Amino acid sequence: MAVIIKGMNVVSDPWQRLELSADGSLPPVPPSGDIIVPLAMWQRLREGLLVRPGRLGVWLDSNEEPAAIAKDLRLFGVVAVNFPKVTDGRGYSIAFLLRERYGWKGELRAFGDIWRDQLFFLAGCGFNSFALREGEDPREALAAFGDFSETYQGSVARPQPLFRRRHLSSPDGMEWS
Amino acid sequence: MYRYDEIDQRLVDERVAQFRDQTRRFLAGQLSEDDFRSLRLRNGLYIQRYAPMLRVAIPYGLLTSRQLRTLAYIARKWDRGYGHFSTRQNLQFNWPRLEDAPDILAELARVQMHAIQTSGNCVRNITTDHFAGIARDEIVDSFVWCELLRQWSTFHPEFSFLPRKFKIAVNGAEADRAAVFLHDIGLQAVRDTAGEVGFRVIVGGGMGRTPIIGHVMQEFLPWPHLLTYVEAVLRVYNRYGRRDNIHKARIKILVKALTPERFREEVEAEWASLKNGPSTLTEEEVRRVQGQFTRPAYAELRGDDAGYAAHLAAEPAFGAWAKRNVHPHKVPGYAAATLSLKKTGVPPGDATADQMDAVADLADRYSLGELRVSHEQNLILADVRQAGLHALWQEAKALGLATPNTGLLTNIIACPGGDFCSLANAKSIPVAQAIQERFDRLDYLHDIGELDLNISGCMNSCGHHHVGHIGILGVDKNGEEWYQISIGGNQGLTRAGAPAALGKVIGPSFAREQIPDVIEKLIGVYLDQRESEEERFVDVVWRTGIEPFKERVYGGHHQRHERRQRSLATA
Repeated sequence: MAVIIKGMNVVSDPWQRLELSADGSLPPVPPSGDIIVPLAMWQRLREGLLVRPGRLGVWLDSNEEPAAIAKDLRLFGVVAVNFPKVTDGRGYSIAFLLRERYGWKGELRAFGDIWRDQLFFLAGCGFNSFALREGEDPREALAAFGDFSETYQGSVARPQPLFRRRHLSSPDGMEWS
Repeated sequence: MYRYDEIDQRLVDERVAQFRDQTRRFLAGQLSEDDFRSLRLRNGLYIQRYAPMLRVAIPYGLLTSRQLRTLAYIARKWDRGYGHFSTRQNLQFNWPRLEDAPDILAELARVQMHAIQTSGNCVRNITTDHFAGIARDEIVDSFVWCELLRQWSTFHPEFSFLPRKFKIAVNGAEADRAAVFLHDIGLQAVRDTAGEVGFRVIVGGGMGRTPIIGHVMQEFLPWPHLLTYVEAVLRVYNRYGRRDNIHKARIKILVKALTPERFREEVEAEWASLKNGPSTLTEEEVRRVQGQFTRPAYAELRGDDAGYAAHLAAEPAFGAWAKRNVHPHKVPGYAAATLSLKKTGVPPGDATADQMDAVADLADRYSLGELRVSHEQNLILADVRQAGLHALWQEAKALGLATPNTGLLTNIIACPGGDFCSLANAKSIPVAQAIQERFDRLDYLHDIGELDLNISGCMNSCGHHHVGHIGILGVDKNGEEWYQISIGGNQGLTRAGAPAALGKVIGPSFAREQIPDVIEKLIGVYLDQRESEEERFVDVVWRTGIEPFKERVYGGHHQRHERRQRSLATA
């Protein structure tokens, strides 16, 4: 079983992620176990996937619309977002939308071409689970969550930007620093 | 000057530590070239033609004398004793070693400076009017809004891997000295009839390969919504901007492809869920940031200084300098003075470490310890008492910084070009020098009057050639360096009736040694055609069109070519 970072711990990953084959056809559905399926598979096999034993998750590619699963979110045990290339930053916005617009509260996983140097930003956008690319040591990567001790912006976990927190944190509502 | 608070400082220090570790992992072979590229670029570190280039952020172009001394120190210790002030109000070191970059950043952090997001596909340094805070036509002090945007954009988690770089400019005065129609987002401060501050939001302007004048998305965006609206624009861009072709990845291409109207609808839809959210600015926050800026302690002066007027009358050379390089100030008895980095024979925008130290001293003695970098690549002492201008001029002259050419033809704006930059098709510095040498007679130069001449070594247009009254672009033809000339560009509404405009190419390109002659011919047409001295070169181009200029430059050859085209067309 592969290891991932989840909730800032390194854990083994019970999920198996399925991919479409190169010609776009659907992969076979494993008879049991927890699976994360691509969006197209969810859309085509919806009912069958729901009645099979094992938990179900879905993953979005960076060019796919989170709105496509907005109404179905309660059916999933995990939602994952692919980063095909580290420089493809669409997944950061997808995460924000899933969390803030569509209200997804469960496991939100980033996978693909990501490693320790993206973790801080990914976490800020609401990801709480990370399958780093091959060859990375997730234990070493944990330190990256502490790269910065503060952020100017709000994040999914802490929506108030720094300037609002400054005013909140002093008794008279004035800035303190 | 904005003073960091404890959190600002901590974040910059943490960035140094993070980059030190990233560099260590790269040098130890744990990060590949590609992996490291995406990390170093957003920290201003390019691998250039001869060595890495480190771009240091000078947020909105504002510097203290202490910071400038640090830049001088870095230039001596880790570079070759000079730096290059860029058209984006930043400073570039051309010869640092990669191994030294973390130490350089640590040195910068000691004086509240950094290189964060000076490159890479993220929100870059926010630029503004170099007369912010002192201009007589001020609407708002744009520094405060720039700093609010700087904090908002610094390490923004959602917008760290955009399709392409993203440049925001803010203009807080009547005259547009920030080129707001030529940025990814341009923000022009406006007041409504009640006197409330808002921003005209312009999106999708830019130069580069596809120059486009930006589109107004909002005529009046009330200031509390500044960050949420910008966030909505960036989210639409981050999600739908092209990523398949680096040359089509800027926001201007997306705006064009969707049409400005559709783009506005997309942004409005996105904004609907962000508007009035936590990022909505508050009065306390604007006041707090305002309070973090030190304000110059101006003396109370009665008005114009009599001694200054006397010197002007008595010394024509001083008068010539003052006419070009001294600018009005909103506080009575004060003026701003441009220290020119455009001396003939020196690459435009370059300053030696000794000059930086000397300018820092001048800033301390004449201008309350602060200075600005202009996008025209000069240094500006913004708070000089008129009574001190004559002495300042004498000292600046001795330092080679008193070339009286601000706004004139030889105040050439140029990128580092093929001498340094690996992207360039052609050199820009020798072209600038050849032009400066040709037009070295001062009375002639003053007679020609206001003229922006911009040179870019390639289509990335770092020298902003599209908006030069005369623009020169280096092009590659079968491995040879050629130069294409355009006329009629304008960087922004600096005077009534003269909006931002893109230059038109006059015809086939030229070899480098032909350029001074071509410029001279263009100037000749202008001098023949102008109706008064008030009419500038660019005004004549707009009035007459480019034909008379084309005719003079290409002469009979051009006419033959035209005739042939016509006969081919009718055949």
